[in-house]
Amino acid sequence: MGETFAEKILAKYSGEKKLVSGKIVTVKPDHLLTHDNTAPLIQKIEPELEEYGIYSKSLPVIVLDHVIPAVSEKTANNHKIIREFVKNYEIEHFFDVGYGVCHQIMVEKGLALPGKLILGSDSHTCSYGAIGAFSSGIDRTEAAALMLTGETWLKVPDSIRMTLENKLRPGVTAKDVVLHIIGDISASGANYCSVEFHGNIKQFSVEERFTIANMGVEMGAKNAFFPVDEVTKKYLSSIGIPPSKYSAIQPDDDALYSKELKYNLSVIAPVVALPHNVDNVKKVTEVVGLEIHQFLIGTCTNGRLSDFRIAARILKGKKVHPNVRLLILPSSRQVYLDALKEGIIDILVEAGGIILPPGCGPCLGAHQGVLAPKERCLSTANRNFKGRMGCKDAEIYLASPATVAASAIHGKITDPRKGGTLNEDLEIW
Amino acid sequence: MKIWKYGDNIDTDMLFPGKYVYDCNTPEEIIPHLLEDLDSSFAKNVKEGDIILAGKNFGCGSSREQPVIGFKAVGIAAVVAESFARIFYRASINQGLLLIECPDAVKAYSKGDNVSVDIENGKIIIGGKAFSFPSLPGEILAIRDAGGLLSYTRKKLKKNSG
Ligand code: SF4
Repeated sequence: MGETFAEKILAKYSGEKKLVSGKIVTVKPDHLLTHDNTAPLIQKIEPELEEYGIYSKSLPVIVLDHVIPAVSEKTANNHKIIREFVKNYEIEHFFDVGYGVCHQIMVEKGLALPGKLILGSDSHTCSYGAIGAFSSGIDRTEAAALMLTGETWLKVPDSIRMTLENKLRPGVTAKDVVLHIIGDISASGANYCSVEFHGNIKQFSVEERFTIANMGVEMGAKNAFFPVDEVTKKYLSSIGIPPSKYSAIQPDDDALYSKELKYNLSVIAPVVALPHNVDNVKKVTEVVGLEIHQFLIGTCTNGRLSDFRIAARILKGKKVHPNVRLLILPSSRQVYLDALKEGIIDILVEAGGIILPPGCGPCLGAHQGVLAPKERCLSTANRNFKGRMGCKDAEIYLASPATVAASAIHGKITDPRKGGTLNEDLEIW
Repeated sequence: MKIWKYGDNIDTDMLFPGKYVYDCNTPEEIIPHLLEDLDSSFAKNVKEGDIILAGKNFGCGSSREQPVIGFKAVGIAAVVAESFARIFYRASINQGLLLIECPDAVKAYSKGDNVSVDIENGKIIIGGKAFSFPSLPGEILAIRDAGGLLSYTRKKLKKNSG
């Protein structure tokens, strides 16, 4: 019997020959990702840090992204504590305010690579399965212990094989695929599992795979994984990483999966997740016309160049509806620069978009674009939980950048397809 | 002792709103905001020894240990749910909070039932009926029994250096 990706990579990192799901192993990850939460994390272990130091200077990757620039004296002080820690312990991988969202940085800077094992004190650490890494979220205390010891335990998960068949239709995107799947299997449908995506994945760029893997945690998954192929290799060489710098781990064809699911992509339509659960998914046609007050394109789910390209193609020469605001949140400085060079930022600003600094922005409700009671936001983020954008009496709807951009023009939920409701003239597809 | 009963998919924003994540870290700062957007009576009325009962996927969403720290600090005896989201599950082990995954027990509960937990024998008794739950693997119990991951790690570091 062959092995799944999770079984293979966890065997490699635990030094075991062969593993089966359910076993508990001790692993030493290649990197530990933390962000603004690094300050409370190091405060937990101050005496130990003093006595034993950190496990390794190259293990932590620290990115300031969640509440940036600081919104209060308290957050400013948190940032300061982290900068001092980085200096004192000579942390090698530190990205201060302005670099972008931690998950984007991990991939863009080549820190997450095929066949690597990465843990992070953020639930969307599962994103790096997009390029064939095993990555998963842990809590702050565990991250603190990892800073000291470099190791932790993991249970070898059951694996689910999802085969994506055929091709997406125009106007339907990777975001619709992952929302459709979550709507199908529910927010706990992959609890504790490793989710592997197979089938016709060639059609998805690394950016699109990122969107899908990012939302693995929204179906409960421990990690999400795309096999490494030419698309991955091409992306990595575009950021200066030759194949000699990584070794991919691929699951065997005869591996044993706890569940096998098939999705025919050619019948998937643009969808929207309604408040207040990510699995409350409806076809966009069922909610067309619903009035929206704020639009957000960005976050670690959909804040990359290809997302803004789609938005710009839709918004070119148009204006967002006068009664609404459109927030644009690039996931990194690099994405911002690339979008500037392509003239995308001009188009979005001219259409009425407001550009926010690369980071998490309004995604977690701490600042920048907090909602008022009874307001609705249509967002490309990954979560629509009650209170997520700072107000428990507001509503968050999740959709693709195409749906958000098309809807912003009308101030109402709009089908982004050509000939879609409210949108007869959309010629871009 | 009171039972606090909630439904499915109680997410981390309901347990502890994201807007406070970078302002509140100590138990004193956390407690007033526990379950703020879900049940405003919880923080005011919760007492030591109370039990939380919930449906599927309790704790889904962010990596957010404030609710776990808060539950521990107010003295929640156990959280019993049909299932837990994995990061919340790990966070609870790491803080030494008792989680019990037992769908039958949750389904059997009706308002007013007495609930008690017998950890030694892996049993939860609801309205006079006993339900067993599986014990945790040794590696994980060792962390919980040490009082959480940090004290476990301290011991390990001491041993290695001593
Ligand atoms: S953009 Fe949102 S989901 Fe992504 S890391 Fe930031 S807060 Fe989390």
